[in-house]
Amino acid sequence: MSTLASTDATITDFAAAVGATEPIAVRGGGTRWHLGGALTGSARIVEAPKGIVDYQPAEMIVTVRAGTSTADLHTALAEHGQTCALPERGGTVGGAVVVGENRLDRMGRGSVRDAVLQVRYVSADGEVVTGGGPVVKNVTGFNIPKLMTGSLGTLGLLAEVVLRTNPAPPVQRWLRAESVDPRDLRDIVLRPGAVLWDGTSSWILVEGHAADVDAEIDRLAARADITTTAGPPELPPHRWRLSPSDASQADRFVDGEFVASIGVGTVWATTAQPVRKPDPVAAQIADRMKQLFDPTGRLNPGRSTWT
Amino acid sequence: MSWFRRPSRPADPLLAELVDALAPDRVRNDGVQRSLTSHDASVFDGGVSGPVCFPTTTEEVQAIMRIAERHDRAVVPRGAGTGLAGGAIPLGAPVVVCTGKMNNVIQIDLENRIAWVEPGVINLDLSKQLRPKGFHFAPDPSSQQVCTLGGNVANNSGGPHCLAYGVTDAHVLALEVVLPDGQVARLGGLEDEPDGLDLRGAFVGSEGTLGIATKIAVRLTPNPPAVRTMLLSFSSVRDAAQTVSDVIAAGIVPAALEVMDQRMVTAIEAYVGAGYPTDAAAVLLAEVEGLESGVDIDVGHVERIGRANRATDVRLAGSDAERAALWKGRKTAFGAVAQIAPDYYLHDTVVPRAKLADVLEQVYEIVDRHDVLVLNVFHAGDGNLHPLLVFDAREEGTLERVHAAGAEILRASLEAGGVLSGEHGIGVEKQQYMEELFTAADLDHQNRLRQAFDPACRANPGKVLPMGHSCADIQALRAVPTGVWG
Repeated sequence: MSTLASTDATITDFAAAVGATEPIAVRGGGTRWHLGGALTGSARIVEAPKGIVDYQPAEMIVTVRAGTSTADLHTALAEHGQTCALPERGGTVGGAVVVGENRLDRMGRGSVRDAVLQVRYVSADGEVVTGGGPVVKNVTGFNIPKLMTGSLGTLGLLAEVVLRTNPAPPVQRWLRAESVDPRDLRDIVLRPGAVLWDGTSSWILVEGHAADVDAEIDRLAARADITTTAGPPELPPHRWRLSPSDASQADRFVDGEFVASIGVGTVWATTAQPVRKPDPVAAQIADRMKQLFDPTGRLNPGRSTWT
Repeated sequence: MSWFRRPSRPADPLLAELVDALAPDRVRNDGVQRSLTSHDASVFDGGVSGPVCFPTTTEEVQAIMRIAERHDRAVVPRGAGTGLAGGAIPLGAPVVVCTGKMNNVIQIDLENRIAWVEPGVINLDLSKQLRPKGFHFAPDPSSQQVCTLGGNVANNSGGPHCLAYGVTDAHVLALEVVLPDGQVARLGGLEDEPDGLDLRGAFVGSEGTLGIATKIAVRLTPNPPAVRTMLLSFSSVRDAAQTVSDVIAAGIVPAALEVMDQRMVTAIEAYVGAGYPTDAAAVLLAEVEGLESGVDIDVGHVERIGRANRATDVRLAGSDAERAALWKGRKTAFGAVAQIAPDYYLHDTVVPRAKLADVLEQVYEIVDRHDVLVLNVFHAGDGNLHPLLVFDAREEGTLERVHAAGAEILRASLEAGGVLSGEHGIGVEKQQYMEELFTAADLDHQNRLRQAFDPACRANPGKVLPMGHSCADIQALRAVPTGVWG
């Protein structure tokens, strides 16, 4: 008997609702509903189960159903001085995982794909499938959690995840600097939470023990003209995916206003990034993956992770 | 070394094509070489190796894949052969691809904080090259002096410092991979969120069953300015394990939290003299790193938590030399056991950290019942247990008792809510236990992932998934072709 098998009735109910035939899609908060293209045909829309199943602060892991709002999750974690890699922008946990967008302070909190330890999802044929495991280190079998993270629900409909949590830094301080190469800011601070640049000004999130933060700020002040600020700048709506070196020259790639995440590569811009051509062989693997996981194409029909 | 002097093209068509594609001295089919590649560092019986190839380029790996496909042979990639789960054991006389000669660091890109490396680069060699530049490669398996980065990718390797930094998959951004059909795929990318499915994440840890990585983009981690290494002594293993649980619960994530029990400490002291106290029931090696003030705060927390758990001694390494000695002890642990018995079986399971002390007590009870000697040295901070069963395989019946004890240890870990492997992988070692963790549907989906990369199931068949759940069963079970044995 499998020790990972689920006995949670909300998950078997969800599987029953998904069924094994007809086009179907899960809607979470709808905050990223446009990603991967519009649904085609007449997909039935279902909602994933909600609720935090098990939170063990001392283990730094949380088991949470996919329909739970990220706000509720973050509230629960904050009560124990913890946080996690999922963004706090609203929407659901399942939506955040299948979209796979990292937080603005990703350098401090880690990436979504590294935070997902276990997934439970309903397969195209209506079965509950579990991948990964509820521990922080695991190489038992193939890495289904990585495959599901960022899959836009095209391979299975997420029902529940086990996430790694992190201690929230004791102190966090946003600073703003003018006329400085943002890459230098990144290099001065050992582990910044974020370094942002809009082509003129830079923002840096310094975090950690209070004494360390003070020391980092002193080091920054010796090299740049810095001021304390309330938080990051407002981010334009479109997300570009660049390498860190390209993002630090985002003014050469992006028309109009932008905010670049230095050292990470993500750039928020007022225009959408042109569609990039996938590696043709990787695309073949991805096509086979879709065919094997969803032979009839019923899961989130029309959506693709390549757009 | 007469086998090097092949005057003419080999008569065997498979060999002849491989020699044409590579070079006579980089395709070996002699008994010595095939014997060397028939097993890995585990206790498991070796398999049967077919021709052994030493490619130097991606194109040569492609050629090997295509030749093997034409001759309907499986392909098994091999790094340094340090695996402990039998992942590199060749089954069914496959073509074995040793990546050791692809050992160039192609590019160190400090702006992107990555390095492009070939799969045969040795783990520690990369960190040595990076050190003057202020960076290192974070995963540091115990075999890091010899194991290759290609092997680290295949096994999603860990190591003591993965507690804070994460295992290999958190440090691999992109891969160039030769698929079993000879095509080259680029997986992942230097972007934080590359387009498409995370095929890179699916590939890392796939134990050579999806293809062969020929170029790897690894993340460079900045060397921390301040490091403190502590050694805490305890009069019981439970107190040491509880200290680890309490440190994590307090929201401290040290760089490493390693526990060694008294038998292990005694063996290490006799071997290298690391300065560990041999009168303690267990020691905890804790390392915190970061900025000066923060590490001192964390050292204070760890000491306080240790003393609350009845630590009998708390020592802070006062110099780099002392620090190095403390780590030398930990890193030579597996060499040290050779003094006790000629053979060892190193287990690898993960349990919830709060269950560490309970499961360890079960481990001691299980091995006593089977009359087997155990030494414990493990990545306690991750809940990653490494019971090391030592024995002399020449004594009749010993290996059976070792395997019986090992099976019970695995089951105890699963019952505690754990998993089968934290860093060694499944290989041939734990296939038969996969059904105790996963359902048939779970395993079926893992097999689908595998087939998307390798529809014909020719890459390292017969590994990871249990018989009956793997597309590779037929390959693995196929009889050795006649004429393969020279």
